[in-house]
Amino acid sequence: MSLATSQNMELTENLFKQMLLIRRFEEKICEVYNTDVVKSPVHLSIGQEAVAVGVCDNLRGDDFVSNTYRCHATHIAKGGDLNKMMAELYGKSGGCAGGKAGSMHLAEFEKGILGASAVVATTIPVAAGWALTLKMQESKQVVTSFFGDGATEEGVFSETINFAALHKLPILFVCENNRLAIHNPLERRWANSDICERIKTYGIETCKIESGDVFEIHQATNEALQKIREGNAPIFMEIATYRYKQHVGIAEDLHEDYRDMAEYQKWKDNDQIDKLAKILGDEKTAQIEKDVKSQIEEAVKFAENSPFPEDEELLTHVYA
Amino acid sequence: MSTPSVPNERLLKFTDAIAEATAQEMSRDEKVFLFGLDVDDHIAIQGTTAGLLEKFGAKRVFGTPLSEDAMTGVAIGAAMAGYRPIHVHIRMDFMLLCMNQLINMAAKSHYVYNGEIKVPLVIRTMIGRSWGQGAQHSQALHSMFMHVPGLKVVAPSTAYDAKGTLAAAIRDDNPVIFMEHRMVCGLESIVPEGEYIVPLGKGRVMRKGADITIVGISHMVVESLRAADILAQSGISAEVIDPITLRPLDIDLIVESVKKTGNLLVVDNGWLNCGASAEIITQVMERIDSPIKFARMGYADSTCPTTRKLEDIFYPSSKTIAQKTLKVLGKNDMKIDWEKVEIHRAEIEAFKGPF
Repeated sequence: MSLATSQNMELTENLFKQMLLIRRFEEKICEVYNTDVVKSPVHLSIGQEAVAVGVCDNLRGDDFVSNTYRCHATHIAKGGDLNKMMAELYGKSGGCAGGKAGSMHLAEFEKGILGASAVVATTIPVAAGWALTLKMQESKQVVTSFFGDGATEEGVFSETINFAALHKLPILFVCENNRLAIHNPLERRWANSDICERIKTYGIETCKIESGDVFEIHQATNEALQKIREGNAPIFMEIATYRYKQHVGIAEDLHEDYRDMAEYQKWKDNDQIDKLAKILGDEKTAQIEKDVKSQIEEAVKFAENSPFPEDEELLTHVYA
Repeated sequence: MSTPSVPNERLLKFTDAIAEATAQEMSRDEKVFLFGLDVDDHIAIQGTTAGLLEKFGAKRVFGTPLSEDAMTGVAIGAAMAGYRPIHVHIRMDFMLLCMNQLINMAAKSHYVYNGEIKVPLVIRTMIGRSWGQGAQHSQALHSMFMHVPGLKVVAPSTAYDAKGTLAAAIRDDNPVIFMEHRMVCGLESIVPEGEYIVPLGKGRVMRKGADITIVGISHMVVESLRAADILAQSGISAEVIDPITLRPLDIDLIVESVKKTGNLLVVDNGWLNCGASAEIITQVMERIDSPIKFARMGYADSTCPTTRKLEDIFYPSSKTIAQKTLKVLGKNDMKIDWEKVEIHRAEIEAFKGPF
């Protein structure tokens, strides 16, 4: 899809704003991380924002997303409260889970953000269970289950795909394929790299996007969601993307010699935030930068001012 | 809890009591649904799901692919969304395929998400025994689940308690592991026809006694009651307690009994090492001042063998429980004339599988 012909400026601005918010939010995490206010592992999405935003921008407020531990981007893109999110990262009582969850378990159920898990692929069947209840209610809501390419190697992924196909669940599976499982490239993990072909055999429609283009992701998701709502059957999307930073942590790890640097450069040159900034122009982007910055500053202030949980919190909510 | 008094006495099998509780709860609350491998076939999980498909339809009663791991996740997701799923395993051994979902998600979600979400889930699971169930069709894994905060564990031994605790488990807002021993499936007790609850966390004195407290778990309640009969013939009065729920444990009931008898024997239907017996004895010792005599019994410290010859000595029996009781009481000189004692084990002999 060509950028110049097919997109209106409103959409461009909206997508840019959300992607920038995610990137600047995570850059803020990087900035404060060395002061140890977070005191917990973080798995950053820097470089992968286009997937979260391209998909989530199509979701209704009452739709659901299901996340992995690399969940900051989708959490923000689905409308997660920035203040509560930052406070959660700071381990404060004002956090979305009072500090008990932290970065790897973010959740905001009233926004339709189901809780993330630190164990790869664990949330995929849980998302399907949620979708099963939507089907039982004959609802038109959809659950979008995000996971990485590594998660598709777990047994529970295949089990869930089969079950979702069998029961025609209203679920959109989104595989964020960054080709890296920690440091292990896809070629060392898959004999056949065509995951969509594999999934098709379960009886699920698939869609593959290799460009990284946020508009293409946006358009394809829009069509997929319409089909799911109308047809009550799952769809699997494989969306190529790229992780700029370490698997876990805030550092650049280009010196660690496990990446294909040509691929890295290709994705850097294709950075969707840079691309949309050029379309919007300096004046517009400066204004958006300013808004984003103030939102993040407010979130940091909220997190800093929020108290730590009381000791009694240790033993609350063990049982319902 | 006292033994229930029932105006309209009706004997019901354990399996029928499970089916009745399920049907009543499904009628009461449309959010309850039942699924699992073979719940909707003609064998109907030993009859425990009989008639439910016909009554409630395939939307609320359905079989699954052989995907225990994912199906547990599906149950958790549905529970989080406000439904009350009952997920059934024909054998508890298959729950080892579900440990990630049960321990990482079911047990932890309410806590990790700070009370924002509940997981009202029941996992029904059958413990096998006899006729060569062997290493992987006979395990009782309650101790593993008792270890984890956030899970509840129930193991009723009578039809009355099966119906009442299953209803309680379905209404509970937490994940509940509900264990049904294959050897108690055919046992009958008086069961009221209407709805009732046996609260989770409440044990029951199954037989009053003065000389020793015997705590039995699951099928071992049955064997402990038989041992108490044997001991009575020698003038020894054993109090037999069924904790029914293993977590939360009705420790007060056990402690009160031990304070009275001064002696404690815990008979687990499981291994001793890091097991429920260790937990129960420790919790009693933490709560009493005067020294008591105590012992425990359970599976032999081995894998369950398939051959009947070895399988019989893998488990405690009424005979070994009675012998152990004498030892705890320091009555080693007292000899039971085993020639004159009739050993009952009808359910163990009767079982001919295949399920």
